[in-house]
Amino acid sequence: MSKMTAIYRKELAFFFNSIIAYVVLTIFLLIAGYFFYNLLAYFNLISMQAMQNPYLAQQLSITEGVLQPLFGNISIIMLLILPLLTMRLLSEERKSGTAELLFTYPISDWDVLLGKYCATLTVFAAMLGCTLLYPLLLGAYADPEAGPLASSYLGLFLLGMSYISMGLFFSSISENQIVAGVLTFGQLSILEHLDNFTKGVIDTNDIVYYVCFSSFFLFCSSRVLESNRWRS
Amino acid sequence: MIEVTNLSKYFAGRPAVLDVTFSAEKGEILGFLGPNGAGKTTTMRILTCFLPPSSGSARIAGYDILEDSIEVRKRIGYMPEHVALYNDLSVAGYLDFVGRLKGMAASARSRRTGEVMEECGVFDVKDRLIGKLSRGYRQRVGIAQALLNDPEVLILDEPTVGLDPKQIIEIRELIRELSGSRTIVLSTHILPEVSLLCQRVIIINKGRVITYDTPENLQSHFRRSMVFTIELRGGAEPAARLLSSIDGLKSVVPLDAPAEGRIKFRIESHEERDVRELIARQAVENGFGLLGLSTIDMSLEDIFVQLVTEEEQ
Repeated sequence: MSKMTAIYRKELAFFFNSIIAYVVLTIFLLIAGYFFYNLLAYFNLISMQAMQNPYLAQQLSITEGVLQPLFGNISIIMLLILPLLTMRLLSEERKSGTAELLFTYPISDWDVLLGKYCATLTVFAAMLGCTLLYPLLLGAYADPEAGPLASSYLGLFLLGMSYISMGLFFSSISENQIVAGVLTFGQLSILEHLDNFTKGVIDTNDIVYYVCFSSFFLFCSSRVLESNRWRS
Repeated sequence: MIEVTNLSKYFAGRPAVLDVTFSAEKGEILGFLGPNGAGKTTTMRILTCFLPPSSGSARIAGYDILEDSIEVRKRIGYMPEHVALYNDLSVAGYLDFVGRLKGMAASARSRRTGEVMEECGVFDVKDRLIGKLSRGYRQRVGIAQALLNDPEVLILDEPTVGLDPKQIIEIRELIRELSGSRTIVLSTHILPEVSLLCQRVIIINKGRVITYDTPENLQSHFRRSMVFTIELRGGAEPAARLLSSIDGLKSVVPLDAPAEGRIKFRIESHEERDVRELIARQAVENGFGLLGLSTIDMSLEDIFVQLVTEEEQ
């Protein structure tokens, strides 16, 4: 456990001591902020029209009009941004040769995998935490519902877990960071399980899906590390 | 301490290490000698549990490298040939990280980190980032991380490559000091290093062990033949004819003429028969001027070259 923590701390320090975490965080917030602004501006326009039309006004909901599409957009931005965090995780160790020393220390493959996985997850959680600013801003002028908000964040976090585990896996199979990154872009199918969360529905079906997805790719990564040794 | 039996490793069907067997006792320094691609690094990677062997087995401190990989790794310190370190960490930070991975308690970690930095001469750069260090310093950090957990077995792959002459001497001193209670396996292509440091030498070529002996034995074993040079004044043709008429010589090799009208040969003969007097007399009687005659001691280097070329023939 302490060995896993050592890897975790080193990886986290790498993200925040280098420019990577800051660049990724900035770009992520910039794009997410652009979408938030557009959605809000559009919602504003609709609201003004609704003032003349009481029937339309009843249909308006800040959750469905702004937050739900915003989280949908964020999930797509994550698809593009998270590979940038995961692609170097294992491929860099192999390419630069640091893997040779790392795997001759008395640590298990799982220490390495989970340490790196949790460190990336922490960076992602920080990214997601920054987006809380948007609902807080909305809260100052409107009344967004807390339930769907919480479930949306749960959903996004689970989605992030899945992306990162997959990115870690692709990073383990390729010595080439770019290949590892691009492979991770290509996985769109896991997005549809997010819909329920943004509507405020927490379905065990979706939770189990994401947890299984993450576990599966973590397991695959550990198998790849093992087999690298045998094939080398 | 180290027992290796019939170890083989194939890469895509090609043998990199073939049927290697050796052992090393506690406190012994074992030298691995061989040309590039001989299988030195592969053998070391197998011993450090980085690569599994294709067949055969190896035990370190009684633990099998496949069955008890973690126990083995707890007891070894390894310095790879290309020391790749994390460039974004400081020297002290890196060693602390390694200490954690090696499972050392906080107090032992901070004490040992200081000690090995002193021993390896990196204390004055302890706060510098590894990426900014020169090659010699990195090499020393590589040795420092291997020593950190005070391992019973040290495996050093070409520990003196890339160091300047002064550092090489320092590192050799360090290795000799360390050997007291530890078993050290080191690979090198520098022959004097082996005769200076090692109690036993393994000469390996194309994955096979050619010899496995002490440096002294190797030298005396090959001293069965006597090598000397002779320098004469006269023509090259008649001199070669004269030397070939003398029997009991293993080989006569003409060397570059030192000056106009002078010739030089490298002669190898069987030791039991000293032919130097005979050759000198014959040369003078045949009208050559005898300018010099000197014996050459066979160095480990000659033995190595001879063994490797014999193997290839």
